[in-house]
Amino acid sequence: MTDATLTTGAATQAKAGRRDIGLKARYAAERRFRAYGLAAIIVGLSFLFILLASIVSQGYTAFWQTSILLDVTFDEEIVDPEGTRDTGSMAMLTANYPLLAQRALYDALDIDPDNREATRAADGLVSQGVRTQLRDMVTADPDIIGTTQSVWVLAHGDIDSAQKGQFDLTVEESRRRVSDLQLEYMQQLEQAGALEGRFNTGLFTFGASSRPETAGMGVAIIGSFWMMLIVLVLALPIGVAASIYLEEFAPKNRLTDLIEVNINNLAAVPSIVYGLLGLAVFINFTGLPRSAAIVGGLVLTLMTLPTIIIATRAALKAVPPSIRDAALGVGASRMQTVFHHVLPLAAPGILTGTIIGLATALGETAPLLLIGMVAFVADYPSTPLDPSTALPVQIYMWSGQAERAFVERTSGAIIILLMFLAVMNITAIILRRRFERRW
Amino acid sequence: MSVTTLVAIVLVLAAIGYVVGLQRARSVVGGETAQLHSRPGYYGSYVLVWTCLPALLVLAVWAATAPIVIENQVRASFPETVQMQQSPNQQNLSMNMVESIARGLRLLDERERTQATAGFVELRPLLAEKGVALAGNGEDYMIRSALLLNRLTDANRLWRSIAVIGFSLVGLGFALVQIRARLRARNRVEAVIHGALILASTVAILTTIGIVLSMVSETGRFFSSVPPAEFFFGTVWDPRFANAEDPDAAGQFGLIPLLAGTLYIAFVAMLVAVPIGLFAAIYMAEYAGSRFRSLAKPLLEVLAGIPTIVYGFFALITVGPFLRDISAQLAGITTGDFAAFVSATSVLTAGLVMGIMLIPFVSSLSDDIITQVPRAMRDGSLGLGATRSETMRRVILPAALPGVVGALLMTASRAIGETMIVVMAAGVAARLSINPFEPMTTVTVKIVSQLTGDLEFTSPQTLVAFALGLTLFFITLALNVYALYIVRKYREQYE
Repeated sequence: MTDATLTTGAATQAKAGRRDIGLKARYAAERRFRAYGLAAIIVGLSFLFILLASIVSQGYTAFWQTSILLDVTFDEEIVDPEGTRDTGSMAMLTANYPLLAQRALYDALDIDPDNREATRAADGLVSQGVRTQLRDMVTADPDIIGTTQSVWVLAHGDIDSAQKGQFDLTVEESRRRVSDLQLEYMQQLEQAGALEGRFNTGLFTFGASSRPETAGMGVAIIGSFWMMLIVLVLALPIGVAASIYLEEFAPKNRLTDLIEVNINNLAAVPSIVYGLLGLAVFINFTGLPRSAAIVGGLVLTLMTLPTIIIATRAALKAVPPSIRDAALGVGASRMQTVFHHVLPLAAPGILTGTIIGLATALGETAPLLLIGMVAFVADYPSTPLDPSTALPVQIYMWSGQAERAFVERTSGAIIILLMFLAVMNITAIILRRRFERRW
Repeated sequence: MSVTTLVAIVLVLAAIGYVVGLQRARSVVGGETAQLHSRPGYYGSYVLVWTCLPALLVLAVWAATAPIVIENQVRASFPETVQMQQSPNQQNLSMNMVESIARGLRLLDERERTQATAGFVELRPLLAEKGVALAGNGEDYMIRSALLLNRLTDANRLWRSIAVIGFSLVGLGFALVQIRARLRARNRVEAVIHGALILASTVAILTTIGIVLSMVSETGRFFSSVPPAEFFFGTVWDPRFANAEDPDAAGQFGLIPLLAGTLYIAFVAMLVAVPIGLFAAIYMAEYAGSRFRSLAKPLLEVLAGIPTIVYGFFALITVGPFLRDISAQLAGITTGDFAAFVSATSVLTAGLVMGIMLIPFVSSLSDDIITQVPRAMRDGSLGLGATRSETMRRVILPAALPGVVGALLMTASRAIGETMIVVMAAGVAARLSINPFEPMTTVTVKIVSQLTGDLEFTSPQTLVAFALGLTLFFITLALNVYALYIVRKYREQYE
C-alpha cells in the first residue's frame, strides 16, 4: 500500500503546479482505511442482527399454541364406573380419557363415530396430552364427573404447525403430515370459533416430552434456578473473601503470586474441562448423583469464581487509598477499614461483576453435558439433589429433534434464555450507572 | 437428629451466644463500654465463633468418617464363608442389599418386625407391601447385618448429636467465662476472619490441583491400556464401543485427526474474527465519535454475551443450510450440476460462526491495547504531518504489536476450547482433510460424545475423554501463559 501511494504520488507530481507530496493519494488511502473500519463494525453488527432476526423469526410463534375448544362430557361410565369418587383409585387414573375428548370432537364436527376414515383424521387433531389434562381436571375436582365442561385442549403438534403455516400444503397429501380431511376439519372448527392460537403457558410449565405440544421448559427453568442459587450462595462469598485477602491483606510473596497467575489462567480454561473435573471429582469421587442440579451448581461455581474474583479485585482497587488512610487514621483496624469502608464502596462493582458472571454461567452448556444433565426429566425437581435439566441443555436436546414444531420451540426457548440474560445484563448496567462512583 | 437439624441447632445456639456474650460484656464493665478493650459486638462474635466453629468442625469430621466405620463393621458381621468366597464386587452387591433391607425394616411395626426377622422368605413379601422391592437372591444373614446396621446408625446419630451439641455448649460456656474487660476480643475474631479469607483464596489453587489431579489419574488409567505413542501420534480415530459380540474390540485412539480438525476450525474462525475485530477496534479507537462509540461498542459486545449454544443452533439451522444452498447455486451456475459442494456441517460453517462469536473478543482486547499506546507517540506522528491511517499503520500498530499478538493468542485459545458450536456444526466424522467444505471433528466434540449417555468408567472408550481433556487443558494453558507474559511485558514497556 505504501509503494502504491508513492508511485501515484509521483505520477500526479507533474500535473500539479506546486511541489506535490501525493496528498490526494494519501487522503484516498486515509478514506479507504476509515471505510474498512466502518465496514468491519457494520459487518459485525449485521451478524448480530441476522443472528437475532433468524432466532426471533423462527421462534416467536412458539409462544402461541393452537388449541381446540371441546364440550367434554365426563361420562361416569368411563371415568368412575364404580361411582366411588375416589381420586386415587386405579379405575379413575387409568380411565379412557382420550375417548371423552374424541366423542366431544365427533359431536363438534358432526362425524359419524362409525366412519373409520373420518374418526381417524379427527383423532389426529388432538394431542395425546389430553389424557393427563382431563385426568388432572377430574382428580382436582371429582364433582365434574357426569357434567359437561368446556375445555381448551391442546392440538396435535402437526396440526399446530399446519395452523401456523409452517407446512408446505402444495405437497402431495400422502407425503404431508396433515391430511386434507384434517385441514377441512380445522377450518370447520376455526369458523365455529373452537380452534385458535392461545398463549402457550405450557412452554414455561411443562417438563420433557417427546411430543412437541406438551414439551416445555418448566423443569429446565427450575433446574437452572437451583444452579444459579448455588452459584450465588457459594461463588459470591468465596469470591469476595478471596479478593479481599489478595487485594488488602496478602503479603507480596511467591504464594500470592502463584494464586494470582492461577486465577488468571483459570478464567481462560475451556469450560468443558470444568465438566471433566465435575465428573471426576463430584460424581466419581464424592458420589453425588448424576444429572443433579447440585453438581451442576458446584461446577458452575468453580467456573464463575475467577470472573467474580477478577471483577471484585478491580472494584476494590478502584476505591482510593485515601479512604483507607482516613479510616486507619481514626483508629480502625485493618479488618474494620475493609469491612466498614472499602467493601461498601466497592459493592456496586462487585454486584455488577457477579451478575455478569451469573449470566455467563446461565448460558453455559458444555460442562453440564458431561455431568449427565442431558436427561429426560418430566417431573419438577423439588431439591437440588433430584435429576433436572438446565435451560441451555434443554435447548441442545430440542435442537436434535427432527419435527418442525421442535425447531420452533427451540428458537422459542432461546428467546426465553436470551430474555433472562438481557434482564440480568441490563440490571448490571443500571447498577453500574446508578451507584458506581468515580474518584 | 439429621445433619440439617444439628446445623440449625448449632446456629441457634450461636445466635444465643452472640446475644449473651454482648450482654455479659456490658455487665462486666457495669454498662461503661468505654472500658472494654473492643466494641461490645466483638465479644458477642467471640462467643458466637466459639459456639459454632468447633461444633461444626466436629460434625464435618464425624459425617465424613462415620459411614465408613459403620460399613466396615457391618461387613465384618458377614459370615466368614461370604467374606472369603465373594469377590469385592459381590460383597458390594450384598452390602447394597443389606442397606435396602435395613431401610425397609424401619417401615415395619413391632409385630411385623418379629415376623420378618425369621428369615428372608418371610421378609420379602412384607417389605414389598411397604413398597420396598428386593431382588430375589437374599440370604438370612443379611437380616442380621441389616439389624446391626440399623442399631449402629441409631447409635451413631445419638452420639453425633450429643457430641456436636456438647461441643457447642462447652464452647459457649468457655467463651462466656473468658469475657472480661481486658479480653482482646476484636483481635481474636479478626484472626478467625483472616483465616477464613486465606481459606477462600486457596479455593482457586485447589481447583487447579483438582483439575490436574483428576485428569492425570484418569489419563494414567487410559495409558495403561493404550500406549501414549499410539494416542499422540496415531492418525486414526475409531474408538469402537465394546459390544456384546466382540468384547475385546480394541479401538484406535489417534489424536492427530482431532487436533487437526480443532486447529483448522480455529484457524478459519480467526480468519473471520481477526480482520473484522481489528478494524473495528481501530475505528472505535481512532475515528468514531463518542456517541457512535457509546452505541456501537456495547452492541458489538452483545455478541460476546450470547451463549455458545445459541451460536450452535444458528449454525445448525441457518448458516449451514444457507452455505449448502449457496454452494449448490454456485455449482449450478458454473458446471450446470446443482450438487452442493459444502455440506451442512462443515469446517467452514463452524469456523464462520465461531469467528462471529470471537469478533468482540478481538475488538475489545485490541481496543484496550491500542488506547494504551502513549498519547505522545500519536501526537508526534500527527504533528509531523502523517495522516491518521499512516499514524495507525506505521506508529501505533507496530508499537502495539506484541500486545495485539497476545490478545490474538488468547482469542485462539478460546477458539480451541469452544465446544457447543463445533458439537452442533462441525460434524462427528474424525478425518484428516484439507477441504474446508467437509465436516471434520474436534477434541471437544469427542470429549462430549465419549462421555454422554450411560457409561462405565473403566473402559478406554470413556477414559480417553480425560486424556483429550488434559491435552486441551495444556494447549490452552500454554497459549494463555505465553499471551499473559507478552501482554504483561508490553504493559511494562509503556508504564
